Amino acid sequence: MANFFDNKARAAAVAATNGASSSKSAAPKESQNLQPWVEKYRPKSLNDVTAQDHTITVLQRTLQASNLPHMLFYGPPGTGKTSTILALAKELYGPEMFRTRVLELNASDERGISIVREKVKDFARMQLSNPPPHYKDRYPCPPYKIIILDEADSMTQDAQSALRRTMETYSKITRFCLICNYVTRIIDPLASRCSKFRFKMLDQGNAKKRLEDIAENENVKLEDGAVDKLIKCSEGDLRKAITFLQSAARLVGAVKTSHSRSNGNSKKRVLEDEDDEDEDAMEVDGVDESMVTIKNIEEIAGVIPNDVIDGLIQAMQPRSKGAVYEAVAKQVTDLVADGWSATQVVAQLYQNVLYDDALSNKQKNKIVMQFSDVDKRLVDGADEHLTVLDLALQVSGVLAET
Amino acid sequence: MALLVDKYRPRSLEALTYHEDLSERLKSLAKSGDFPHLLVYGPSGAGKKTRIVATLRELYGPGVEKIKIDSRVFQTTSNRKLEFNIVASVYHLEITPSDVGNFDRVVIQDLLKEVAQTQQVDQSARQRFKVVVINEADHLTRDAQAALRRTMEKYSPNMRLILLANSTANIIAPIRSRTLLVRVAAPTESDICKVLEKVGAQEGWAEAEGLNRRIAKDSARNLRRALLMFEAVHAQNEKVTDKTPVPPPDWEALVAQIADEIMAEHTPARLLQVRAKLYDLLSHCIPPTTVLKTLTFKLIPKIDDALKADVIKWSAFYEHRIRMGSKHIFHLEAFVAKFMRILESYLMGMDF
Repeated sequence: MANFFDNKARAAAVAATNGASSSKSAAPKESQNLQPWVEKYRPKSLNDVTAQDHTITVLQRTLQASNLPHMLFYGPPGTGKTSTILALAKELYGPEMFRTRVLELNASDERGISIVREKVKDFARMQLSNPPPHYKDRYPCPPYKIIILDEADSMTQDAQSALRRTMETYSKITRFCLICNYVTRIIDPLASRCSKFRFKMLDQGNAKKRLEDIAENENVKLEDGAVDKLIKCSEGDLRKAITFLQSAARLVGAVKTSHSRSNGNSKKRVLEDEDDEDEDAMEVDGVDESMVTIKNIEEIAGVIPNDVIDGLIQAMQPRSKGAVYEAVAKQVTDLVADGWSATQVVAQLYQNVLYDDALSNKQKNKIVMQFSDVDKRLVDGADEHLTVLDLALQVSGVLAET
Repeated sequence: MALLVDKYRPRSLEALTYHEDLSERLKSLAKSGDFPHLLVYGPSGAGKKTRIVATLRELYGPGVEKIKIDSRVFQTTSNRKLEFNIVASVYHLEITPSDVGNFDRVVIQDLLKEVAQTQQVDQSARQRFKVVVINEADHLTRDAQAALRRTMEKYSPNMRLILLANSTANIIAPIRSRTLLVRVAAPTESDICKVLEKVGAQEGWAEAEGLNRRIAKDSARNLRRALLMFEAVHAQNEKVTDKTPVPPPDWEALVAQIADEIMAEHTPARLLQVRAKLYDLLSHCIPPTTVLKTLTFKLIPKIDDALKADVIKWSAFYEHRIRMGSKHIFHLEAFVAKFMRILESYLMGMDF
């Protein structure tokens, strides 16, 4: 049985059969071109998942032990929670059994208590279908089904409590995987039934490697430092970083029809044959494409240029009272009319003001209080103009204190 | 006869006058065949919608302009029936889910899935996907936005979304990370002047440059408002010169009057009078936020510099309360009372 779950051997078998299945995948290739890169570069196997080493090792070990506990994945957005479970399920069941053995529900599906009682329960108690002969040679197909409840923190309390007994009763043939951003929103009885996996923020190195791979695969040329900027703007959210990258590439027209050819044959070898890939790219491309610059990325990420923020900070510096108001009011009015989002203004102002060493701790304390207040107001949907103006004036008031 | 705003609305990306680089970008996006989900944000009257309609035209050709209005009925889980209007052409749909308030999630779930699961039938269509334009995306509830998340990824071959919003503050991070953010800044005053000049020339009106500049300034960089004011001035006066006064809207005049009254006397009796006027404004469907904001900015120039920061602070405070609370008049009145108190204590030179 142990051998049964040996992934390495199985991976080799998959690779061997890939040639056969590639004819099948030829048809949807065209639609794949139009796919967002986030989908296109979703990890195909557990080994591909970036940066969650601890979690992946644990998962792989549980796999080899031929059993899987109920699982609860939590962590900030864009760290690979959904990708991991999908990759795991694909490795376990392969393309043919995937449909019958895996149920994926997310917030776009109705997930009230009635659905948990009917759909989930029905699926959970369904007897297992047998895999076709010889299928087991390629995929483990363990004798249980997986129900993935994505974005589980948006389920109501009632719906969650309805799951409790279901999870236990059918645990022989069904495993649950709950995915959420905030583990605190999952009720205790559910959390205690699952083994928890925390997905940490991606660290710089891994995210950088992944982005560079993708850029290379898609023939996008990046300016030096552009990747670092991407990572900085996306705050550890790899999905955001990839979306930004794709948007930037579209923007400068770096993606031409050329990528449709090169992606077809390079999809499977993300890491190996890099040199070969390069040559390939050269051939197809011929001409030098426009580069993705740091400025492009800032523009897409909605980052406010430094001089605009500096202007505002300059206006906030203590002077005679009247002058401060006039200057700040003008800057804020322009900011709002230019359409910069208030949350972004607040975030960047925060960075700038707080790392100013000239301020005393006491002043910083007061300023942070203001920021927290304003953030809450913005989330509640208060008027941006008034709120930002208020923030700027209050902070300027604190700056004037000595 | 159509209003000037509609009559001279640019129909194609080439005809747009300002933000040329943005138009260029939209054009290259539309051409690339790989159109992303968009989140278009900017202040009102900046030309978000105009740009999107022009982009759609660039995507699909003139077919998108043949629109019809559908009325659909959705059923919530509690069996409540919701009537919902959809503006649609063969290629795109336009919806305003915030019309149905808290039930927008149902609409998003049902409608988008239905659209997403049907492929484009018209073989001659230029794009394989349909576009769904969602107006007022920043008013979508959290649930509705959560419902969008996976839908956007899963059905992206068949459907693209364009979200229109005034600000990105209320859009949840997962949505922001799945869309291409497009910022449409408000036109500058000189941009507005140019547009006014052009429209005036096409209408055959005598040009008055000083007037145009004043309109541009009064409109607070809102092109729609500028055009409406422009038309109003020309409709009211046979002959316009640089000196022709630009009539403010009635409600703004009333707010100015309230501001004067507040400055003149700080007593409970005056508060009562002001209250009647505020009620008047509210009953004419002027949004309370607008009332409060206009009132604040009318009061600010009249008071001493030392008080300005304080007044803004309380104005922001009560604006937040208006948003959270349900009875608007309370908070408007509270602001007026607070203002009177601040001013009085400043004038008397003591705290009470």
